Amino acid sequence: MIGRTARPGSVTAWALSGTAWLVYAFFYAPIVLLVLFSFSDDRNVGRWGGFTLSWYEQFIDHSQLQNSLWVSIRVALLSTVISVVLGTLAALALERFRFRGQRVFDALLYLPIIIPDVTMAVMMLLFFSEGIRIAELLFGLDLTKGFTTITISHIAFNISFVSVVVRARLSGMNEQLEEAALDLYANRWRSFRYVTLPQIAPGIAGGALLALTLSLDDVVVTQFASGPGSTTLPVFVFGMIRRGVTPLINAVSVIMLAASIVLVILSLATQRLRTGETGRTLGARMRRRSGR
Amino acid sequence: MRPTPMRRLLAVLVAMTLLAAACAGEEESAVAADCEVGQTDGDLNLYNWAEYIDPDLVDAFAAEHGIEMTVDVYDSNEAMQPIISAGNSGYDLIVPSDYMVAILIAGEDIQLLNKDAIPNIANISADFSDLVYDPAGDYSVPYQWGTTGLAVDTAVVGTDFPRSWSIVFDPSFADQYAGRISLLNDPRETLGAALKYLGYSLNTTDTGELEEAKELVSEARGRVAAFDTDQADELLTTGETAIAHGYSGDMFTQFLETDDPSRYVYFVPEEGGTRWIDNMAIPHDAPNPCTAHTFINWILDAENGAALSNYNYYSTPNAAALDGLEQELLDFVADPAVIPGGVGSLEEIQDTGDFEINYTDAFIEAVG
Repeated sequence: MIGRTARPGSVTAWALSGTAWLVYAFFYAPIVLLVLFSFSDDRNVGRWGGFTLSWYEQFIDHSQLQNSLWVSIRVALLSTVISVVLGTLAALALERFRFRGQRVFDALLYLPIIIPDVTMAVMMLLFFSEGIRIAELLFGLDLTKGFTTITISHIAFNISFVSVVVRARLSGMNEQLEEAALDLYANRWRSFRYVTLPQIAPGIAGGALLALTLSLDDVVVTQFASGPGSTTLPVFVFGMIRRGVTPLINAVSVIMLAASIVLVILSLATQRLRTGETGRTLGARMRRRSGR
Repeated sequence: MRPTPMRRLLAVLVAMTLLAAACAGEEESAVAADCEVGQTDGDLNLYNWAEYIDPDLVDAFAAEHGIEMTVDVYDSNEAMQPIISAGNSGYDLIVPSDYMVAILIAGEDIQLLNKDAIPNIANISADFSDLVYDPAGDYSVPYQWGTTGLAVDTAVVGTDFPRSWSIVFDPSFADQYAGRISLLNDPRETLGAALKYLGYSLNTTDTGELEEAKELVSEARGRVAAFDTDQADELLTTGETAIAHGYSGDMFTQFLETDDPSRYVYFVPEEGGTRWIDNMAIPHDAPNPCTAHTFINWILDAENGAALSNYNYYSTPNAAALDGLEQELLDFVADPAVIPGGVGSLEEIQDTGDFEINYTDAFIEAVG
């Protein structure tokens, strides 16, 4: 782009590319340092003590880190599957049908994206603790917070993100294709299955990967929705930082970072299969959500 | 462990939100759980700071009593409190810090302990009786503790210096180390140090006293290399600073990382300083309170208490456990030179309620 809008070798081009490099350095220099010092054989982060893999070995040997990693993965997978189904259905309803209260529903769907994490967290905390109390009073059920409540809270915020992404694809899709399918005697289900679904599949995949990433990253909502035996990896890492940052935290961060990068790349790749538009709005929303 | 101003603010916001729900809650009678010594009434769900208990101890307790035990972690008192306060957290035992115990008692979030079920409470050192946040120990039992004081690099400062806050606040001494001193980036700790040097309580709610402390910190600013909490210990051992205001546990573990730990000295100045105490307490709606009592009694045992400290390297309030401590830890914990003013000179930071904002403002003005 720079080459086309500014004359080659001009000051503008030079300044623009310089700025771009500076911005990238600002973004990625801390990450490079993080990765580098995860291999440092010195307990103090920021002091190079020679190359070692011992922090990664410690990560593998650390039973609580391993447990919390598994909780994180299970929560992420389950909440993603459910929120993708519900989010896609919501997107279809809003984009393809007209019904009473649609505008209200539409506006409310954006709410979990907009409201601060801590507000969402307190809502979830009250909802679950009161819900458990009521379930016990009315039905005599003995419920506790834990894996299920974390998963439900992740589904709650992920539905919005999935539906936003899927809607972006739906609105870019030619509705006449569906009408053509119906004209050719396909029923509603068949026209969805063989015409609509293949076209919005990249949107669904993008939404799913986004949901997976958000679920793996979340700390605040998770902390307030969790119960005995359900500490997730990011929550545990935050707890560990209280004892000082050691390269073990770098090693854990590198592993989470690698997983997140793979997911984001996959997400963007599927998003941009046909249109670049959704990818950009997706990126902006995702950054706002995770507070970065 | 140490609170931060932002966390306090968060706690206030969350607490206000929770108030409505709490009002609707049912009345709890103030009677301790009916438990026998060693009795278990189910599994144990511990809610604790990260890496604060040896996983081997957890396994040992579970095996000994034939129960399952889970450990979940929180990163601040302020994150834990609303979760317990809202109810139905599922946790049987929590480890709040001193000032948070007072808040939890006031909110009726923790239950009375049945001391008959905890005979090992007799092992707690007399230094921990009559605590300001829970005077009779009805609700909480000390778990681990530590102090805030000064660490000095004797290779730079030598060993012949006053064990006093004057080495950072008195210009006639401190100016020779200008640019090589670090103070904590924490309003209550750093203003508290100045208040102690001036002979006041570090929990003062007197604006005049606070103003004097502010002036002192403001004057010290010129010779301070950094107001830093997280890396104060590293700055000292890497030679960036020669005198560092910091936490006993952090300093002690950091000294041991160096080639020559004896080069560094940690002490609480004779005028006094901060003592923090983390405590075991049982949430008001703990599913298995008897197992929780049994665990408290078990950890207060001499052997288990020593194992706890040998893992997390903080000081133990358990007098019977001292003999079982690793030598280097015992030397540090039992050395009278660490607290020359005696335990009586120590104070816990208390929640000053509405006055808290004055500390924050004064610190921001002093640090500039």
